[in-house]
Amino acid sequence: MIQSSQNKSIRKLKEKLIERLLFLCSLFSVFTTASIIYILVSESIGFFKVVPVFDFLTDTQWTPLFTIKHFGILPLLSGTLLTTLIAVLVAVPLGLTAAVYLSEYASSKFRNTVKPAMEILAAIPTVVYGYFALLFITPFLKKFIPGLAGFNALSAGFVMGIMIIPLVASLSEDALHAVPNGLREGAYALGSQKIQVAFWIVLPAALSGITASIILAVSRAVGETMIVAIAAGQQPTLTFNPLVPIETITAYIVQISLGDTPHGTLEYQTIFVCGLTLFLLTFGLNVISFKLKRRFQEIYE
Amino acid sequence: MNKIISNKRINKIFNAVGLGSTLFGLLILSILLFDVISDGWRRLGFDFLTSYPSRKPEQAGILSAWVGTVWIMITTALLSIPLGISSGIYLEEYAPKNRFTDFIEINIANLAGVPSVIYGILGLGLFVRGMHLGRSILAGGLTLGLLILPMIILTTREALRAIPSSIREASYALGATRWQTVRYQILPAAIENILTGIILAMSRAIGETAPLVTLGALTYIPFLPTNPVSFSKTIPFAHFSLQGFFDPFTVLPIQIFNWVSRPQKAFLVDAAAGIIVLLIITLLMNGLAVVLRQHHQKRW
Repeated sequence: MIQSSQNKSIRKLKEKLIERLLFLCSLFSVFTTASIIYILVSESIGFFKVVPVFDFLTDTQWTPLFTIKHFGILPLLSGTLLTTLIAVLVAVPLGLTAAVYLSEYASSKFRNTVKPAMEILAAIPTVVYGYFALLFITPFLKKFIPGLAGFNALSAGFVMGIMIIPLVASLSEDALHAVPNGLREGAYALGSQKIQVAFWIVLPAALSGITASIILAVSRAVGETMIVAIAAGQQPTLTFNPLVPIETITAYIVQISLGDTPHGTLEYQTIFVCGLTLFLLTFGLNVISFKLKRRFQEIYE
Repeated sequence: MNKIISNKRINKIFNAVGLGSTLFGLLILSILLFDVISDGWRRLGFDFLTSYPSRKPEQAGILSAWVGTVWIMITTALLSIPLGISSGIYLEEYAPKNRFTDFIEINIANLAGVPSVIYGILGLGLFVRGMHLGRSILAGGLTLGLLILPMIILTTREALRAIPSSIREASYALGATRWQTVRYQILPAAIENILTGIILAMSRAIGETAPLVTLGALTYIPFLPTNPVSFSKTIPFAHFSLQGFFDPFTVLPIQIFNWVSRPQKAFLVDAAAGIIVLLIITLLMNGLAVVLRQHHQKRW
């Protein structure tokens, strides 16, 4: 009897210990976020002591490696926005149409074969896409657009768009799927045709989920690095011309990391300032997307 | 009447447009595969896998790159798999519903959306400089480990959520404790789905370039990490060493990036050959995940 109660208390202790251990493991993710913010902010403070925030946000040149240094984020930002815009213009129409087709039109057999195949697009390493953009898409487009430079935003953005099609397609399809069948049946009962049901009933009902998927796609494109580092160039220019070399925030981070910039210098700190800008951009987009997604889940679940 | 007919036509048109949009990505994918294979297959061979990078494109190979990838993946797995599964178990099976757990959950969802290049900056600040690990395999592996941690946590949670609560209740009714229930009932039932998620996460880590470049991984490594086991003819015959984890490294995607960036055309052939190897690994892992998912989809 005594032994069994002893066993029991040992077991209880063990249970408690295990719970504590598991809890500590889950704290690791909080630690990761805290480290990211601490590292980005602490190095950026040093940078902003030398370069005023106002100059950083309004100067139209970014030349940290030149003799006459300018630290205006706008050229990098415009490069990022340009490639992102092109990617979204490719991925959203294709991904959304595919989602409507797969959810409302395709047979389940077709869907089950095509969906895993589409997921492969998202699984291809980005360095491979970079190679493809630089050495296949750009030479191919040059046949039709004579003014296209060897490095340009167009090819990089296009390939990036192809890469994020599955993201838009699968998240939008989830949103379309979550629309209750009653809505579809009601519309059919009123004499609607399939196309009308798909575009006038189901699509509007799933709008917040679809918007969430688009914003997530934008965030993914903003943070994408290797494709633009390889195929879009390394020339920070404040332009929205997709045919000339540009530089994105992410590509700049890679460019500096490859060089031998000594630790502690202002040039070195630009990595962290760019990282902070990128972090704030993607974080904002992710939060909006998260909230929108929650909204469509609340409505239909 | 006319309207119905025109709607029917629109319907037909959309059917074609929808099919086209769905297959467009796959068309580009096949062009990509064809392009890479036709560029690089001639360079592939035993020599390519067993040679170090070289200044001469015809002699260059991916030996240090693929060995580096293996080392990095081992380190990544050692960090992210135990931590990821444990966190997943805690959040799904143990955590009380309160604001703090809510905070952890939102935090993990956000981490999953942080661009990979920022993990590189994290690794640079935390491991390379903060912990003085230098540009080592350990620093690289831990960085990628943190990168895929949210993915593993999320898939673990999904896998655990798919187990019906009747299993838990039956186990409790038989007098099992919470840990016994998790260890002997829930985990074995969920392990295939967790494994699928881990394979996908590892496959993503293998292809990651940006975080390791940001970390300062070198692109020209004509040697291998210190062997963990070495043999001698005198006692104790075998020596074990962890020195390899502190050696500098390169990985397959970085080697490819390096070759793509060279001005000489001949290196592009090496890049294409490297890409074929990388794609074979990635596609095999993804295929394995799809097969696992389809074969073990249990209906409760």
